[in-house]
Amino acid sequence: MIEDLYQELIIDHARFPQNRGSLAAPSHSAHQYNPLCGDEVTLQLLVENGVIQDIAFEGQGCAISTAATSIMTTLIKGKTTEEAKALGQLFRDKITGNAEIEDLGELEALVPIKEYPMRVKCATLPWHALLDALRSETT
Amino acid sequence: MLTANFPILEIPSRGKRLAYLDNAATTQKPQSVIDATAHYYREQNANVHRGAYWLSQEATALFDQTRVQLANWINAESSDEVIFTKGCTESINLVAHSWGMNNLSQGDVILVSRMEHHANFVPWQQVSIAKGASIVEIPITDLGEIDLEAYQNLLTGRVKMVAIVHVSNSIGTINPIKKMIAMAHKVGAKVMVDGAQALAHLKVDVQDLGVDFYAISGHKMYGPTGVGALYGKRELLDAMPPYQTGGSMIRTVSFEETTFAALPDKFEPGTPNIGGIIPWASAITFLEGQNLLEVAAQEANLAQVLEKQIEQINGIRVVGKAAHRAGIVSILADWTHAHDLGTILDSEGVAVRTGHHCCMPLMKRFNIVATTRASFGIYNTMEDVDQCVAAVQKAKRIFG
Ligand SMILES: Cc1ncc(COP(=O)(O)O)c(C=O)c1O
Repeated sequence: MIEDLYQELIIDHARFPQNRGSLAAPSHSAHQYNPLCGDEVTLQLLVENGVIQDIAFEGQGCAISTAATSIMTTLIKGKTTEEAKALGQLFRDKITGNAEIEDLGELEALVPIKEYPMRVKCATLPWHALLDALRSETT
Repeated sequence: MLTANFPILEIPSRGKRLAYLDNAATTQKPQSVIDATAHYYREQNANVHRGAYWLSQEATALFDQTRVQLANWINAESSDEVIFTKGCTESINLVAHSWGMNNLSQGDVILVSRMEHHANFVPWQQVSIAKGASIVEIPITDLGEIDLEAYQNLLTGRVKMVAIVHVSNSIGTINPIKKMIAMAHKVGAKVMVDGAQALAHLKVDVQDLGVDFYAISGHKMYGPTGVGALYGKRELLDAMPPYQTGGSMIRTVSFEETTFAALPDKFEPGTPNIGGIIPWASAITFLEGQNLLEVAAQEANLAQVLEKQIEQINGIRVVGKAAHRAGIVSILADWTHAHDLGTILDSEGVAVRTGHHCCMPLMKRFNIVATTRASFGIYNTMEDVDQCVAAVQKAKRIFG
């Protein structure tokens, strides 16, 4: 059911994204672009002692990528970079079909995207940006 | 019913009736083309031009027959002027490289319209970089029509090539190419027309148009994928060097030099897509059996009805309002992104394309990133329109 994908949680996050904006002094940042859709996200992180203290994003995109980014930022703020990466891996595995994976909280709302493989990239876009950002060190 | 000729239309999509509205991307294939494809591999498969045996002779005859049939269909003076390629994109690249690299130099100008598909834009841009020529935009109006006055002012003696799409794949505009070609010829420029979207909807007469080069896509005119053609005026093609070299396109080869075959072989090295080109003839036969004027009117009418109905939904507008338009509707909703709309339509069995449609400069012209595009073909009916409208209404309910 398409309503499983475009449920209230996704639409709310898409309409009122959390952590939208920019950081005064980010330690890491990255830009991701999906040439297929034109979805774009710039992610900024403030990492201290291995912990993501603050996070912000700017960009334009579809409801799925915007909601995915918003949800990601709320979930990884306060987590260590290793925890964040591990969560991203679980999420990617789950939406590409691994049904064994534990409940991922709000990320579950995005799982129905697996029925629409062309759109999976929209949901993983922020997680790719996160990996890029963590590789970037200071910008 | 025409739809009965297209078996794929009977197959449900996500459990719903398929409303196939992505004809600008590729058209579905009639049973005759499907049969001809199977028949070729079952009974006619052999390499062309080479075999000393009956089967190869038969395959070669059929292969050349498609060329003759296509040449007649577009009213080329001779079938030698029809070069087989793997698609419209390759046809344009052939001209950009072979003609462009040898006829353009520093200071020359290539005019390219703002509504070109990347296929008739990027090759010219790359050639202009290589040759020090400049590429200049022919602007379009807010309605999505060529600004003919601006075009006239751009036509100076420095213009060597004009690249123009016959029918826009993004917004459906049918350009006045006959007039534009005549205008270009007055200053001695050649014209490359991208006809990818035209052949399935319009009767094209290359001699009447006076066009220098015309690029054709097989899979957008109910034919197989992987086949296309380039029409070029004989004197131009004769003067051009080969685009790619190898077997089948030579007269003699020695360590010192190679002499090339005459048209059309000069531009067709290697084994062509025989299994696509032979069934392509069945697609042309199919079109020959239609009244294209009526077909085009019916497609445009469906597009107009769709446009009228969805524009009544709050926050929806259609980009591209040219007076002469093919059955293409490019939709923007201010309450959702093109891709979300596309996915919801997909869930209702409605197949549309979302994105920039390989026309990023055009999107920029309208300050947009992407549209949701419905494009009509010969088999579409009011039922498809209704299904699409209902799906857009559903999307509106979801996004509020
Ligand atoms: C206007 C236009 N030009 C060129 C092309 C490319 O055609 P082909 O797929 O035959 O290379 C397309 C198809 O997407 C098109 O719509």
